[in-house]
Amino acid sequence: MNLRSRLRTVLIWGALVSAVLVPILAAAASPLLQWREPIYIVAGFAGILGMCLMLVQPLLAIGVMPGVPLQTSRKVHRYGGAALVFAVVLHVAGLWVTSPPDVIDVLLFRSPTPFAIWGALAMWAVFGAAMLALLRPRLPLRLWRWGHTALVTLAVVGTIVHAVQIIGAMEPVTKALLSLAVAAALLTAIARRKVWAMGLRARRS
Amino acid sequence: MKTSPMTRRAALALGGAAVLTPASGLLRPAQAAGLAATPTMRGGSNNYRPDAPIVERIGGGGFWMTGTVRRAGDGAPLEGQRIQMWAHTTEGHERDAHSHGATLTDANGVFRMDMPQIVPAFGQAHGHLAYDSPEFKTVFLRPLLASPSDTTLNVEFVLEPA
Repeated sequence: MNLRSRLRTVLIWGALVSAVLVPILAAAASPLLQWREPIYIVAGFAGILGMCLMLVQPLLAIGVMPGVPLQTSRKVHRYGGAALVFAVVLHVAGLWVTSPPDVIDVLLFRSPTPFAIWGALAMWAVFGAAMLALLRPRLPLRLWRWGHTALVTLAVVGTIVHAVQIIGAMEPVTKALLSLAVAAALLTAIARRKVWAMGLRARRS
Repeated sequence: MKTSPMTRRAALALGGAAVLTPASGLLRPAQAAGLAATPTMRGGSNNYRPDAPIVERIGGGGFWMTGTVRRAGDGAPLEGQRIQMWAHTTEGHERDAHSHGATLTDANGVFRMDMPQIVPAFGQAHGHLAYDSPEFKTVFLRPLLASPSDTTLNVEFVLEPA
């Protein structure tokens, strides 16, 4: 590996690590945490970690992480997906323990807070995208690709709208930057994969 | 020459009336008979603990929850009405018993409670208040602080007979 490509690798990894670490550290410095019980703090950070995973997942899917072969990248993407599902479950479960009636309202789509509806949508989209991944060997290629792409797009949009509207532990500027990065990563992956090029139906020749 | 069916004078009068009538308030719909009752807000009763004790202040205080209680219709102030309140504050979560307290309105229908600073929880800085006594219909409110740094919140109750 020559110096230039090595520098490129270091820069890209550095940017990615700081894109994830800076919002987490900023949230960890939030004054709100001193008035929260541990389970509430864990639930909140599970949400932030889930959002950070959403930044990494599209990049792993298209294998653009420097120094990571495509096969490894895809494999890590699968573990990343499982971790994301786990983070969402921990987020919701921790909030449930903290305040059961608030979470029940959210899951029944009757919460007074607008961001909650987006969060619930994103949750179901993450579960749906993961379910498609599990069923992938039995799915037609087009259904898999279109379905997974549509669901992760909904998950990303839902998560960003959810996060941005919340007055919480995340620091507003780092939250906005992470949101932009997550959206950019998804758009990059969609543009690279050109899901649309395959069309909605198989061509008959 | 073809003449317009409308004279210039008629056009001016019509135009003037069109501008003046809404401005004068003549088109305002008939007012319903007096003050409408406050409706319960979504999520208002979350983490409610019935029969919170009447207290001088909740915890160490520092935040003023204030408001009025009036009767629907004529808007007469209601004295001696028990208002219960709770919130996520610097001293506890909404579910904690020590985050709850109640107070009574004075002769002017005004209540004031000194309570710990409300902090944002579940995405918004908000408080919870309840009127839950036999005389009037139960009302649960979940007002938002305009800014998380506010140190006071004013809430109006308009109650209708149960």
